[in-house]
Amino acid sequence: MSETETAASGSLVRVQNVDKIFKRGSEEVHVLGGLNLEIPEGEFLALMGPSGSGKSTLLNLIGGLDRPSQGSVEVGGERVDQLSNRKLAAWRARHIGLVFQFYNLMPVLSAQKNVELPLLLTHLSRSERKKRAAIALEIVGLSDRNGHFPRTLSGGEQQRVGIARAIVTDPTLLLCDEPTGDLDRKSGDEVLDLLQALNREQGKTIIMVTHDIHAAARAGRTLYLDKGQLSSEANV
Amino acid sequence: MKYLALILSNLKRHKLRTVLTMLSILVAFLLFGYLAAIRTAFTAGIDVADLDRLIVRHKVSLIQLLPASYEARMEQVEGVDEAVGQTWFGGYYQEQRNQFAQMPVKPGEFMDMYPEYVLADDEKEAWLNTRTGAIAGSQIAERFGWKVGDKVPITATIWTMNDGSQTWDFDLVGIYESGEKGTDTTQFFFHYDYFDESRPDWGKGLVGWYTVRIDDPERSAEISAAIDAEFANSQAETKAEPEGAFLQGFANQIGDIGFIMTSIVAMVFFTILLVAGNTMAYAVRERTNELAVLKALGFTDTGVMGLVLGESFLLTAIGGGIGLALSWLMVSAGDPTNGFLVVFFIPGRDMIMGVVLIGVTALVAGILPALQAQRLHIADALRR
Repeated sequence: MSETETAASGSLVRVQNVDKIFKRGSEEVHVLGGLNLEIPEGEFLALMGPSGSGKSTLLNLIGGLDRPSQGSVEVGGERVDQLSNRKLAAWRARHIGLVFQFYNLMPVLSAQKNVELPLLLTHLSRSERKKRAAIALEIVGLSDRNGHFPRTLSGGEQQRVGIARAIVTDPTLLLCDEPTGDLDRKSGDEVLDLLQALNREQGKTIIMVTHDIHAAARAGRTLYLDKGQLSSEANV
Repeated sequence: MKYLALILSNLKRHKLRTVLTMLSILVAFLLFGYLAAIRTAFTAGIDVADLDRLIVRHKVSLIQLLPASYEARMEQVEGVDEAVGQTWFGGYYQEQRNQFAQMPVKPGEFMDMYPEYVLADDEKEAWLNTRTGAIAGSQIAERFGWKVGDKVPITATIWTMNDGSQTWDFDLVGIYESGEKGTDTTQFFFHYDYFDESRPDWGKGLVGWYTVRIDDPERSAEISAAIDAEFANSQAETKAEPEGAFLQGFANQIGDIGFIMTSIVAMVFFTILLVAGNTMAYAVRERTNELAVLKALGFTDTGVMGLVLGESFLLTAIGGGIGLALSWLMVSAGDPTNGFLVVFFIPGRDMIMGVVLIGVTALVAGILPALQAQRLHIADALRR
């Protein structure tokens, strides 16, 4: 069943008739075909589906990391697919927080400096950047680890630093690509607790790609993506 | 400045690789500075050669002498203000290895011709009035510990005295300083009259070459031709040319120093470009994912390109800067040949060229990896 959200107002994300085709040599791979999706502000949405189903591709399109082959992607009223590369970069910096499966922290920077990275793109002073990074680290419960380098942190701690980096600019939308995929159950639960708290207490809109049913259960809604199409139920 | 910490952190990622690359760059720029000083030494005088001075020598060779009577005839040539003769004496002080340039000249005319040789008024006066008086450059005086008032015996290898003696005694009446960077202060000048009276008959009335001051540098070719025409078909035909060209030709007798130095530096820099370029290429390739993350966080394509270029600039600036500074220190410590090189310093223009080279090296080494980083497609890079 194709999923078409029809909420006329309150939709933060609106994906309409999106196709995404990748070229592998002379071969064209249709990853998404005529996909429609609307996500209201403040929602915690889980995206599930088999490997290669296009979950991360959809996340990339919403986050402006990639462009659709056809169709439109609108976030907060902005046609993301029509922005120039420069404007898109600025838009991402302002509106998108990204959490990756493998954390993607800079190994040469301390937790504090990693969290400060997105703030380098702002006009904030050094002390203000430091202050905001400290607050973000406090939110994720890592105030005491701010001087630590990623290699000295556990997987769960690294992911929490990743979340702190994602929220430090107070973005409109948090995009999490398998945030618990590389973590044990306990650390994964801690990360999910954190995401849930950010959604419930701070009203953050979150889209989380996951393979894990247990993780998806924490979201307010779960959609399944298979063969380029969305549905509200898994096709078993 | 806010990105400096990020760039520095990346340089510290592989400390050994960074240090080795920096050392390579350092050695290249050290060599650049040192060779610049050596080139300057070999071409000393060319840069300070006056445009309104010509050198007139025997057409066949510099070792063939010209009649002293040419001076008056040359001064009659239209456009010539003054002519001063000089002769290579070719002696040494105490030991044969202590060779340096000694020339008999007419003091008054000579000092007028070469204002870059700065001599105190009282010393100049003393030189004019002392038949056996001589002046030495500050560098050579320092080398041998001479001071004004000393008796300086010079042993002749060409010009024995007419009594058969090889030793000429001079009274050091002055020590001249350099009035212009690059001026040779290793020379020794004495009275032509004393020289001519005391040398054997076979050489009397002859000089090695003439320095001629002309009234219009733009007419140097025309006046040179007029001088040569004046002595055409005589027993001692002349070759007149601008002082700079003469000194360049003199330097070229050793070899084209400039070309040799440029070739060495070019080869060294080509190698350094490969080393630095390789380092930067590796740095970008192994950080593809991190660069993609930076872009995902909102860094623009140009911003990421700037970070990579900034890294290349910092790497080269530290290595090259230290290299240039070390070369300057080493050159400042003095001529390594104990006086064989008449001048030994890195000219300002070569230091500026060094700084420019640092920028060019950084740009060339970093531009391809930087462009690669700029073109990086976020989604593709994150999938790797």
